[in-house]
Amino acid sequence: MSSPLVVFDNVVKRFGTFEAVKRMNFEIREGEFLAFMGPSGCGKTTTLRMLAGLEEPTEGDIRLAGKSLLGVKPHERDTPMVWQSLALFPFLNARENVEFGLKMRGQDAATRKRKALDWLERLGIGEFAERDVASLSGGQRQRVALARALVTEPKILLLDEPLSALDAHLVIRMQGVLTKLQRELGITFVYVTHSQSEAFAMADRVVIMSKGEIAQIGSGRDIYRTPANRFVAEFVGRNNIFSGKANAGGLVETPAGTFELDTKPQHGAALSFVIAADVVSLSAARPSAKNTFTAQLISEEFVGSMVTLFFEAAGGMEVKVQIQERMLEGIPREPGQQLYLSFDPSHAHVLKG
Amino acid sequence: MRDDRLLRWVLRFYVALVFIFIFAPIAASFVFSFNSDRFPTIPLGSFSTEWYVKAFSNPEVWDAAWRSLIVSASSAVIATVIGFSAAYTDYRYEFFGKKAFLVLSLLPPTIPLIIFALATLGWLSMFKASGLTLSIIIAHTVLCTPFAMAIIRLRLNQMDPNLEPAAWNLGASEWVTMKNVVIPFTKPSIIAALCLTAAVSFDEFAVAWFVSGLNKTVPVMVLEIVTGNIDPQVNAIGTAVFIVSITLIVIAQVLIMGRVKKPETT
Repeated sequence: MSSPLVVFDNVVKRFGTFEAVKRMNFEIREGEFLAFMGPSGCGKTTTLRMLAGLEEPTEGDIRLAGKSLLGVKPHERDTPMVWQSLALFPFLNARENVEFGLKMRGQDAATRKRKALDWLERLGIGEFAERDVASLSGGQRQRVALARALVTEPKILLLDEPLSALDAHLVIRMQGVLTKLQRELGITFVYVTHSQSEAFAMADRVVIMSKGEIAQIGSGRDIYRTPANRFVAEFVGRNNIFSGKANAGGLVETPAGTFELDTKPQHGAALSFVIAADVVSLSAARPSAKNTFTAQLISEEFVGSMVTLFFEAAGGMEVKVQIQERMLEGIPREPGQQLYLSFDPSHAHVLKG
Repeated sequence: MRDDRLLRWVLRFYVALVFIFIFAPIAASFVFSFNSDRFPTIPLGSFSTEWYVKAFSNPEVWDAAWRSLIVSASSAVIATVIGFSAAYTDYRYEFFGKKAFLVLSLLPPTIPLIIFALATLGWLSMFKASGLTLSIIIAHTVLCTPFAMAIIRLRLNQMDPNLEPAAWNLGASEWVTMKNVVIPFTKPSIIAALCLTAAVSFDEFAVAWFVSGLNKTVPVMVLEIVTGNIDPQVNAIGTAVFIVSITLIVIAQVLIMGRVKKPETT
């Protein structure tokens, strides 16, 4: 389960003078669902393309199941990919698309057809096997692309932003399909996305990339609760970052207020800490709790049972608070309303660097 | 409202006029090819297939028709192969001087035909290759390649750049991908290019007249007949040539239009 299937050993990729991937060292475990996440241009897609052989590393080595992939042509690797554009063959029908990989491996027509139909059936689109791919819906074509990649029973599946072209409700459905498939097949999924919700919803481990470097590797929970640095804290949605200086009493003085942390920083030390939006408490009257500060309500965003409130604290700092709608009973919510915000010292996560 | 209607009728009339201007001579040639009178005058004589019988019983006509067929088929195939390669090079690769390469590839049709014909004749004579059927094939290939390239390039530009990598990713080598992905994808444009270049070659007389020597193609023969005297056989031959050309062009057009209207969505 945890032996490395893929090893990136000092991998560097340059395009001219641009360093797309800067000395990358990490392992992908057998059978895990790994997601690469980061803003566009962070090197996540380049990393995936190197794994598929569509780019050669400028330096370093990539090993798959112990064997170096250097110089191995894309068609000699067994690293099928689901493309962002799907890249289905428009001149073939759904079944023929799925058969393509088997045909390249020299399997006979009857076997090919049986396996392709099995896979289309398994993904719930058996009835569309003989249809032109152009006549299928986005979700159906997505499934054809998945079947085409999985029909050769690979050890690893690469997915390059496969859901980015789908409607929101289909994305959730396909996430379910993908996680279920991955568990049933027990193979490794390497998933590239810029969407935090996709990565966190599906992946066992998430790799956050920034400017060609790995910013953090960990479970979605780790990354959300204990971001490794300011980039991760800012990139991962709903975090409030307080920056200030420690005073003589070991408290941190920030523009929004003076706060106590679990650890006592050295006098004069400059530091930043993160308070997740969902650990801030709200009240109309001054509470007795520690770490209380006031802020003015600017706006709110209502999503289902959760509400996100946007505040402005002293010094112009924006503070986000995420809370259950029913917890807000009795709290006035007119824009411009002054409210008391507080958080427990144990919820503060001090950033390094 | 009223003005709109008037304008629409004026425009329709204008379009009709343009079509009459283009097709009237062809229609006239068609009508007179079945006219029993020697001179193209109105009123017409009686219906007759005399000129067709005369034309088709002339071995020279068959000789020229056969040559035209060989020339147009050969130059269409060669031009399409070269045009496909050039279009694929443009699609797939980035290299220094690519703009210049493209301009040069598409240049031949912009050269005045007479100049092109003279230059080709001069060039072929240097290799003692003028006055042969092969000379016409070479000249027509040069003339037709840019058309083939332009048509195939149009289709390749609609191809998802990930389509080839997707095939490699599924275990197809580059050559296998060419056979199983690129050619099937561009097939309609390849057939269209074959038809259109065959039609261009079949109709072309200026260059053929210069380089063919005694090996006449149909248009060259027609030209020689009409410079001598008035012979209604020309109407019969012209009608046959027109039918061949228009068929090829209609096939090409249907194939090109059919694909442009329905681009693959992703």
